[in-house]
Amino acid sequence: MSGYRKLTTREMARFVARGYLMYPALTPPELTERYLAEAAGPGVPEVPAGTPLLDAYPPGSALHGLITLPEVRGVLDSLVGPAPLVDHHFVHLTLGRPEREALGMGQALPSQHWHQDSTIDTRAGFDVQLMWFPHEVTPDMGGTRYLPGSHLRIVSEAAIARYQNIRGQRHVVCPAGSLLVLHHGIWHGGGSNGGETTRHMVKIRLHPTVPQVRLWDLSDFAEADRAQRPIFWQRAARPDGDLHDILCEYQPWYEADTARLEFINRVRLFRYLLGDETFDADYWLTRLEFPPERRVETASATA
Amino acid sequence: MKRQNVLVLYLADSALDSPVIAWSSWDGTGTTRRMAGDEQEPPYPDGLSALRDGWRLFQTSQLVPHYPGAETQTSYLKYEFLFEQLVEVVP
Repeated sequence: MSGYRKLTTREMARFVARGYLMYPALTPPELTERYLAEAAGPGVPEVPAGTPLLDAYPPGSALHGLITLPEVRGVLDSLVGPAPLVDHHFVHLTLGRPEREALGMGQALPSQHWHQDSTIDTRAGFDVQLMWFPHEVTPDMGGTRYLPGSHLRIVSEAAIARYQNIRGQRHVVCPAGSLLVLHHGIWHGGGSNGGETTRHMVKIRLHPTVPQVRLWDLSDFAEADRAQRPIFWQRAARPDGDLHDILCEYQPWYEADTARLEFINRVRLFRYLLGDETFDADYWLTRLEFPPERRVETASATA
Repeated sequence: MKRQNVLVLYLADSALDSPVIAWSSWDGTGTTRRMAGDEQEPPYPDGLSALRDGWRLFQTSQLVPHYPGAETQTSYLKYEFLFEQLVEVVP
């Protein structure tokens, strides 16, 4: 990824299906070094909820540099539009052994329980959360744990804390300057830092100010992407990058019956983003919305 | 003196021999320190394997009819099976 570029339709569909996009080593070393110097000094400023993103951080600061980076602007413009508001930000610090010992703390704190941020949220669109990792995160540092495909489950914050491990869970292990862009609903939690180095993660939650309709680069969206094709009984594999395959990507933790409900909810979200209530992937919504009586009505109306 | 260890398996459907999709372990003896995200593979491939290894099943989640208007909404993991073992500990 280099320079300003909006998301493609396939990238947008992957965000809809998985609830995240990961950009390893996205930000330049100069920016991460500036952040770490600021963290040791004045730190990250307080920002009132609802502040326009472009007014939130002093020009010249590391976070201003982050949110004005062309690569980041392209992603944000595609997901939440050109003028999102800052809901909140937070610097998550997980202490390494020397700093824990200096504070008289014993063993590393346990990992954070699984949770979904904020509260029950049933709107059609979404907020995004940026998680920026300004230094390398190695496996022993307890990088953020997240669950692909969990973002459309309607749960109440820490009510999911009773789950310890879930098939398909991922742990952030990444080079310095990596950016994880999350749908607000994704299940996640901080890990336990058993290493020597204190872990920093800067989270910024952004709220859109425009309908999130057709904000990405649709030049790769073709009429063929709307077409229905054989389902279940398929003699040949579909080509790579098939839009329906991306939207109906399976996750290993889905129950036998809920995977298809997830596909339905993803199609609903993609319809909203596309501004087209007729779009479907693999017929999941069409069979529910087009019963015989409606077929008769439609035939009469067009006769 | 006995203490209770609890194993919770979340299965792919309501049958006990269906695959494990999530799991939690709670150690009443205090000898292990379990936490979220500490294992990538489950202790058993399915619920029946836990039964055959000596875990006693004491609760399963009920099958709840879907609320009208929210039939396609997904939420918490649906198929929860709670097992126990009673372990002798030295006071």
